[in-house]
Amino acid sequence: MDVKQLRKAAWIIFFVTPGLMIVGVFILLPLFMSLYNSLFSWNQLLPVEFVGLENFSRLFTKYPYQQRFLNALQNNLIWFLSTMILQNSVGLLFGYLMSRSIPGYQAFKRIFFIPVLFSIIAVGFLWGLYLKPSGLVNNFLGLIGLESLQHAWLGEERFATMAIIMVNIWRWVGFPSLVFLAAIDNVPTECLEAAHLDGVGEWKLFWKIVFPLIIPSITIITVLTVIGSLNVFEQIYTMTGLDGGPNYSTDTIGTLFYRTAFGSVDAGSPEIGIGSAIGVVIYILTFLISLISIRFSRSREVQL
Amino acid sequence: MISDLRFRGAGWGKRLFIFLMMAIMTIYVLLILYPLFNMVISAFKSNREILTKPFGFPQSIGFKNFHTVWVEKGFDRYFANSLLVTGVAMGFVLLFGSMGAYGVSRYRYKANTLVYMLFLSGIMLPLKAAIIPLFIIVKRLGLIDSRISVILIFIAMGLPSTVFILSGFMKGIPLELEYAARIDGCHDFQIYRRIIMPMTAPAIALVTIYNAVPIWNDFFFPLVFLQSNSRKTLPVGLSTFFGQHATNWSLLFTGLSIAILPMLLMYIFMSRYFIKGMTAGAVK
Repeated sequence: MDVKQLRKAAWIIFFVTPGLMIVGVFILLPLFMSLYNSLFSWNQLLPVEFVGLENFSRLFTKYPYQQRFLNALQNNLIWFLSTMILQNSVGLLFGYLMSRSIPGYQAFKRIFFIPVLFSIIAVGFLWGLYLKPSGLVNNFLGLIGLESLQHAWLGEERFATMAIIMVNIWRWVGFPSLVFLAAIDNVPTECLEAAHLDGVGEWKLFWKIVFPLIIPSITIITVLTVIGSLNVFEQIYTMTGLDGGPNYSTDTIGTLFYRTAFGSVDAGSPEIGIGSAIGVVIYILTFLISLISIRFSRSREVQL
Repeated sequence: MISDLRFRGAGWGKRLFIFLMMAIMTIYVLLILYPLFNMVISAFKSNREILTKPFGFPQSIGFKNFHTVWVEKGFDRYFANSLLVTGVAMGFVLLFGSMGAYGVSRYRYKANTLVYMLFLSGIMLPLKAAIIPLFIIVKRLGLIDSRISVILIFIAMGLPSTVFILSGFMKGIPLELEYAARIDGCHDFQIYRRIIMPMTAPAIALVTIYNAVPIWNDFFFPLVFLQSNSRKTLPVGLSTFFGQHATNWSLLFTGLSIAILPMLLMYIFMSRYFIKGMTAGAVK
């Protein structure tokens, strides 16, 4: 190596090292530590002995871990499906309407995005108050004569999860709307005009031309929904508490993980081994489901 | 556009469709604006008024509640902490992120792809899932209950997307500019600072909003790492406050207003940047 090469190498190291150190210590190292820690039994913050995959087998088969884990996982699945069906399809509709310059779309666009900026904490606490038995939602139902529909929205098992999901959708619909709006605006006008001149109707135009061309953004929104659904925590924390009440009906992997790791609830003391195993499961699920979503949409993607 | 949804010149079917769709969108607008409006007027009401006249206006407008929450309940500290943590973290995200992007995009070398992948590895990994090892690491560093702990984690959280967006942008800057500067005797850091960074300014604005909003709003890491009341950020402070005053709705709505309104105010003046910045990761 000559001096010039060495100098170049030194500059590269100068530029990338600070960032890589931080990413290494706070993202990559914790990833490997999670994998490693999940293979040990723990006493508080100290590893006791190597136990192989025992933490995982306890998580998947032993009481109460199995029940809590499957219950939480099921709720995460409900979160994912509801968000895909309700939020993202409404987002697609709104995005489409705005791209077709529906009257007032500039104002709609700006207002839809307002709740996206607020912290989940503030949104959760705000709607937590509105959904109380004496809160605004029930007051409104009373006002329009629908007393029979009044409920303790966050206190009844059959409503609590859906109520929290609706609040989350309230906060987030603007995001897919504007992502889809940008994607549809990027569809070349010539394509649409040509089809339009051939007499293709609006409905067919959307499904046959627009939709296939915006599949990349649908993939991105799907992957973000996967990650978001697996990370649900603040919403539960603010509205029904760390226990995922009533009777664990709103519990998610996020809240279960937190309780296991910091031992604030049913376990009593922190369980690092099981907690790490849950962490690893979250990593794997995120990775796998994202990969499947990307694969799935790649196979349907159309290029111009 | 070939099929603008306009009333003028449209048939009855299309007019009805446009009207229905506008109605749906207007309902969502009301669902956004009314709860926010109700939050603000509730902050001026007494607890009694909130319960007996939930839709009514406050009897008198006084800022006593705001004074109580801001001064006595320590929201001034929470606010200052959030500003400090977000500001310092963002400063380093932009510095290290742009340097990393420069190191990845402006040189050709063997480990190039590897370095890039290492930076990007954080983009898909949910950092929350690593809270146990993060706790152990932060404890070893002696940073529990120190604002530095959350700042470091926020920097790590912001770097992957910053390197991703900025390196894509920097790749597009012609190499000739660099050669010219080199002939004039600039060394690499000067090229980064004087030539590449000014040209990257629009992308910098984008990543700033993309990262600053989630960092400002983050709850999880400050919840785990900051215990002293004097060090808490706004979201964690709000949570503590809710725990302490669960039945005083008037005060709770005031706290919420203080937590939410500054962001809304900023958005009103810079909505275009916020929309572009927040969707930057998902829109090409």
